[in-house]
Amino acid sequence: MSIAEPRVEHHPAQLAHHFEDLGQQHESANLGMWTFLATEVMFFGGLFGAFCIYRFTDPVAFAAGSHHLSVLWGTINTFVLLTSSLTMALAIHAGQTGEPKKQVRYLLLTMLMATIFLGVKASEYYEDYEKHLIPGPSFTTDLKELGLPTDVPEHTVQHTQMFFVFYFFMTGLHAFHMVIGLGVMAWMVLLARKGRFTRDYYTPLECTGLYWHFVDLVWVFLFPLLYLIDLHK
Amino acid sequence: MNNQSDHTALHDHLLPLSAYFKVYAWLMAFLLLTVGAAYVDLGRLNFPVTMLIAVIKGVMIMLIFMHVKYSHKLVWIFAGASFLWLLLLIVFSLNDYFTRDLLHIPGK
Repeated sequence: MSIAEPRVEHHPAQLAHHFEDLGQQHESANLGMWTFLATEVMFFGGLFGAFCIYRFTDPVAFAAGSHHLSVLWGTINTFVLLTSSLTMALAIHAGQTGEPKKQVRYLLLTMLMATIFLGVKASEYYEDYEKHLIPGPSFTTDLKELGLPTDVPEHTVQHTQMFFVFYFFMTGLHAFHMVIGLGVMAWMVLLARKGRFTRDYYTPLECTGLYWHFVDLVWVFLFPLLYLIDLHK
Repeated sequence: MNNQSDHTALHDHLLPLSAYFKVYAWLMAFLLLTVGAAYVDLGRLNFPVTMLIAVIKGVMIMLIFMHVKYSHKLVWIFAGASFLWLLLLIVFSLNDYFTRDLLHIPGK
């Protein structure tokens, strides 16, 4: 009985032994990342579902809450985040062509955009704090301050507060994802500087990109749902 | 590197840079459109139009930025399944909540 010859190949250093080749390894990592993103869709999806139920239950309250948010800052932030998605796509492109300098440059640009976004978000939160719009005991019940008509039932005030519960929870969770993304990108910058990503191996870079584009995708839905309710009225 | 024969997954979706800039330009255009549309009274259509624009933006991000268009069919299934389930979650929940008063069943 002959024993199968062990394959003595000079396989690339990044290739884990249980994969046939880098292509297969790349596809597996990619699919794994999508599986994670599917759980993330479910994670955010529950919040989106609950938001819709409350919004359509009391549209007046949610419109009043939404009108406290700055459409200008929201639009600027959407612009910043979409741009960060572009620079991330360019960083992955630089990974695919094996250009470490460009990888580092575009990753740093993406991180800059992310930081600007978080800064704007923080200043928006501070404004809400000053206007007593943080849910809890200090939440204002003044109908005029809330922008509600004087003849609304009591529960509409509570539903306006609910709007801010959703607003802070959803944007907070989104911002938390961005902070994690910043950390991962910093790690990728270190690896890229060492020249770890080449034409044949840029999988970590691409997975980071998938995560970042997903964060962008969530915001694409958060922005109109939170900021753009009944502005024409 | 002659021993790496099967590299299709790695090398077959190197898009020209113009593809990303084109998507970016469209995303910007749709961002302005969605903000503009919010100020126009479309009656009951405001919400569907807003969501339609968001979905178009999302699909562009997924197909081009996230390379789904050039990915393995399994990726299509995984990505598609997550949104199918999301759709079920939202449609069935809304369906339940907003039809409860339609039938006047005592004691419900």
